[in-house]
Amino acid sequence: MEDMIFYDRLQFAFTITFHYIFPQLTMGLSLIIVYFKGKYLIKKIEKYNDIAKFLMKIFAINFTMGVITGIPMEFQFGTNWAKFSELTGSIIGQTLAMEGMFSFFLESSFLALFIFGEKLMGQKLHFLTGFLVFLGSWGSGWFILATNAWMQHPVGYEILDNGKFVLENFSSLFSNPWLLPAFLHNQFASVVTSSFVVASIGAFYILRNKNLEYGKLLLKTGVVFGLVSSILLAFPTGDWNAKNVAKYQPASFAAMEGIFETEEAGAEIVLIGQPNMVEKKLDNKIAVPNILSFLTYQKWDKQIPGMDQFKQEELPDNIPALYYSYHIMVGLGTIFIGIMGSAVFFLWRRKLFNMKPLLWFIMFLVPFPYIANITGWYVAELGRQPYLVYGLLKTSEGISPTVSSGNTLFTLLGFVAIYLLLGLLFLILVGKTIHQGPKPQTH
Amino acid sequence: MEIFWFIIIAVVLVVFFVLDGYDFGAGIIHLFYAKTEKDKEVITKSAGLFWDSNEVWLVAAGGMLFMAFPTFYASVFSGFYLPLMIVLWLIIFRAIGLEFRGQFDYQMWKDIWDKAFGVSSFLLALFFGIALGNIVRGVNLGGVENGVSTYEGHYFFLPLWSSNFSPLNESPGVIDWFTIIIGLITLVTLAIHGANWIILKTNASINNQLKTVIFRLNIALSVLTVFSLIVWQIINPNSLDNFIETPFLIVFPIIYISGLIGLFFIKKLKKDIYGFVFSTLLILGGIASSLASIFPAMLPSNNALNESLTIYNTAAPEYGLSVALNWGIIGFILLFVYMIIQKRLMGGKIDNMDYGH
Repeated sequence: MEDMIFYDRLQFAFTITFHYIFPQLTMGLSLIIVYFKGKYLIKKIEKYNDIAKFLMKIFAINFTMGVITGIPMEFQFGTNWAKFSELTGSIIGQTLAMEGMFSFFLESSFLALFIFGEKLMGQKLHFLTGFLVFLGSWGSGWFILATNAWMQHPVGYEILDNGKFVLENFSSLFSNPWLLPAFLHNQFASVVTSSFVVASIGAFYILRNKNLEYGKLLLKTGVVFGLVSSILLAFPTGDWNAKNVAKYQPASFAAMEGIFETEEAGAEIVLIGQPNMVEKKLDNKIAVPNILSFLTYQKWDKQIPGMDQFKQEELPDNIPALYYSYHIMVGLGTIFIGIMGSAVFFLWRRKLFNMKPLLWFIMFLVPFPYIANITGWYVAELGRQPYLVYGLLKTSEGISPTVSSGNTLFTLLGFVAIYLLLGLLFLILVGKTIHQGPKPQTH
Repeated sequence: MEIFWFIIIAVVLVVFFVLDGYDFGAGIIHLFYAKTEKDKEVITKSAGLFWDSNEVWLVAAGGMLFMAFPTFYASVFSGFYLPLMIVLWLIIFRAIGLEFRGQFDYQMWKDIWDKAFGVSSFLLALFFGIALGNIVRGVNLGGVENGVSTYEGHYFFLPLWSSNFSPLNESPGVIDWFTIIIGLITLVTLAIHGANWIILKTNASINNQLKTVIFRLNIALSVLTVFSLIVWQIINPNSLDNFIETPFLIVFPIIYISGLIGLFFIKKLKKDIYGFVFSTLLILGGIASSLASIFPAMLPSNNALNESLTIYNTAAPEYGLSVALNWGIIGFILLFVYMIIQKRLMGGKIDNMDYGH
């Protein structure tokens, strides 16, 4: 039984981590594409259109990867988490089915038109298809996060005698207080990822002294989008989310922040430290007193319950992983504001394009927004443990009763092998697209 | 309300098999008949431009099944664990084959992805048919051993095959000789459908030859169909009860048969679209007849201890279903509008078009 839960969780974690590489780029990138396409419509300068089409190629590769790694996610609800599906399917099936019908469909129908239809449709319609792709990809985020929000903070349900969750109020699924902050935080995070990717491609072209005009445009747009979105990521959306966790999942909050013992006179904020699960304290801690209480409740001396206030079995089962994920996410987020802030400063002083070291730095920074985004997702998911539906349904009660751990291990290995191949192909294709660069329109 | 949702999901499934069916079929034809580079290229393109918007129907069907019949979804997906995972991997391989073939101009690169596309299309068509065969045949729900049901509720786990490959075993596997027959029927049907699609959408040099291929496949299909009906009578003597009780349902087998008959005249048909319409009738009639014969069950139980999974005992409660119907109708209208816009804008022969990759 322990084995079964372990492999089911490992498989889900692995497949969703790999999957999430792709939609986080496509969601943000669709916004930047719409921006370039819109700018072209207004200013009629060809290079904006060239860049929109160039980014669309990168979008398309990511979208394909997102689709083929996304279908296993839907399947796994039934294959590996059958009990969970049976008990909650009538509720989260609503949001998942809506995602398929309203968003995924919109995105994939109009993506093909955007890529192939420019000559058939004319510029205004072409912009419209790009906008619909953007709408579809953000809609997908909305419905998926609505599903996740219900698992984090269940609303509008009733539990029958047989343990099944029944929908009682449909609209509450979308007015869930957890949803909007989580959605905005997630979307700005995906804009950060795509800004870094765009800026990095721009820096690459400038450093190689190739596609210079495009490179400057890409870098400029990337750092401006990057600064705005990384600020919005911290404040207000990150702040809202932290407050939600403190309010609805106090045990997770204590674990995330590394508060082992409750302090009567207000909680300190931990900048660095290593959770020591044996002695139940933080080793090598650097912390600032009372800040956490202030950030969370705007009162310096407000008490925040530590992990000692909760029953052992109510605490997340992997506190160090949760703690580190959270601190990596917050730490990277802070660094992003600093880097993008200085890049924008030098852009404003008209020095950015000549600052080789900063350009190199921006170019190689690409993996970090991905790491920040994925650890952010881990914070949400590890924080919800030991529950699948917070406070109501334990993770151990959600797995498929008839699928043995051996089968799950076998399919996990299969996914690892296939995804390694996919990852390699993905890098080759994106590399090739970047190498070719944006192409001027030939008339 | 359950019946509504059953019909909706059945319609989505039929649409999925009509749409994605042609690109599976194109893959099968590609595997066996495409010889010249030009033909290979246009056939891959005729599938590659459309597969992802076709696959959405599978995602939609899955989502709706999950929402409307959660118990069925949970039971079937965990019960058919291994075959479904293999299906997933094949879907992935097919997608890579289609998307990545044209990315590099090396012959070896193209050959690899051509094979990936062809073989995975072939196996997927076969596996989808085997799945349909399992649903029609029924499974050992609850896993009965020595007269005792081993799992509470509706859980089961099917091995890939059991001894003798016999569908008459107490616990048949996913693959037995009955499900293989249904698998072959599906394979041949989709191959015909794909060939019609290629004729309709491309100027491939093999188009004339494909009409002969369709004619021959159609003979094989007719023989397999008759054979499967006889076998089915042996496995399940009650299989015609629904058609006798509700004579209206006979319309579905008639649709299937008219598709079969129509395709015998493939060489005389005035327009290419008629061939495609006939193979669409095959798919529609085939799926609808199968579902009609087991209704209201969605997965019959082959033991007396456990009740079959029906649309009634696996459905979500009334409120959820009726809310979903409201947004579902809006969703459906949108789906069909998107589909029509897309197919209109991308209508006509693939190779006459300037898509400017």
